[in-house]
Amino acid sequence: MSELLADAVATTVPATRAQAAWAVLDTVLDPEVPAVSVCELGIVREVLAHDDALEVVLTPTYSGCPATEVIARDVQAALVSAGLGPVTVSLRRAPAWTTDWITAEGRRKLAAYGIAPPHIVAAGEAVPVRFYGRSRAPALACPRCGSAHTERLSAFGSTACKALYRCLACKEPFEHFKPL
Amino acid sequence: MQASSIELNRAPAVQYVLRIGDTCLILAQRLGEWCGHAPVLEEDIAMANIALDLVGQARALLTHAGQLEGRGHDEDQLAFLRNERDYLNLTLVELPRGDFAFSVLRNAMVATWLKLLWERLAASSDAELAAIAGKALKEARYHQQHSGDWVVRLGDGTAESRRRVQAALDTAWRYVPELFDTDAVDCDATASGLGPLWSDLEAPWREEMQAMLGEATLSVPAPSAFRSDGKRGRHSEHMGFILTDMQYLQRAFPGGVW
Repeated sequence: MSELLADAVATTVPATRAQAAWAVLDTVLDPEVPAVSVCELGIVREVLAHDDALEVVLTPTYSGCPATEVIARDVQAALVSAGLGPVTVSLRRAPAWTTDWITAEGRRKLAAYGIAPPHIVAAGEAVPVRFYGRSRAPALACPRCGSAHTERLSAFGSTACKALYRCLACKEPFEHFKPL
Repeated sequence: MQASSIELNRAPAVQYVLRIGDTCLILAQRLGEWCGHAPVLEEDIAMANIALDLVGQARALLTHAGQLEGRGHDEDQLAFLRNERDYLNLTLVELPRGDFAFSVLRNAMVATWLKLLWERLAASSDAELAAIAGKALKEARYHQQHSGDWVVRLGDGTAESRRRVQAALDTAWRYVPELFDTDAVDCDATASGLGPLWSDLEAPWREEMQAMLGEATLSVPAPSAFRSDGKRGRHSEHMGFILTDMQYLQRAFPGGVW
């Protein structure tokens, strides 16, 4: 009975500081891909309500991602300005972040923003590396016109997490969020 | 703030982690030299992106080495305030960047090696090292694929591209034994469950490199009697120069941060 009650409360008004924090975090955008929130990106692993402070646990996307420190600052600032401070941010490396953690809504927003979302990679499975067939990568649908007649221009892109493609049908270049 | 060199605690576990962290750090510095100089824009971005991943891996490993060391040294002090003999990277990564063929070949050799090492370190008894490895493994796979594709493209390419990448292979191959020779630092790491003997990586590394070089139609050079020893702190003549570049800011402006 009490669990049902708690669920009912959670769906109407945020019942706890942690739930309120999740709602605020869903408005904090990734600074390098400002189409998706840090929650949709799957990097917020946990929000812990301690007696003296909220602790937000983040998992970095890439080892050298320069946005990690900006995100930590943005998260802290958003929660403090929502009156939920004091806030600490901690980093958790394991399990390693995977693009599988990007939510369905996040994938939809990436595509609408012009970035082809990653396919599911089933993290933990062996990934074969082969040195022939340079154009053998699976066809990727253009996020603008939907054509699968696309080609990779560059294995690396404007940020650590993206590669550059172009559509041979509508002729537009687009970015791809690399599956990881 | 301190500008003089720090005294390194050379405990075996510290050395084991620094050998890997310094290899990532120094290769990242070499790759950074390509920024604005690569033959095409896409590969300029690729070199810088690979360097960025390696710097991230180096930061995590140096921070962890500082914790194992127990002398309060942070990643910056370890990166910028050691003397040459206290850097424990593979000699291969400190060699000058050379031409594009040399750089992509070296990237392929190191990424293959790091990938095999991260796979094993993901099961380390040291939870932090295992976590770093779990993340870095995914990045190393992408580096290996990209660099390996270029080795094949250059080797099985024009007469000029083939000549250059074969020359790169002949130069770099002399530094391979250092990737796999085992010593007390390795034995200690294996005994404690920290990480594998590097000699255990040799057979799978040679197999993967053979597949890549075979596809590239390149000839694997004959073994050389030459032995490099950067991972024990005895470096090539190039190391001092790269450290001069890297350390200038911290030595001139002690404690300076962005």
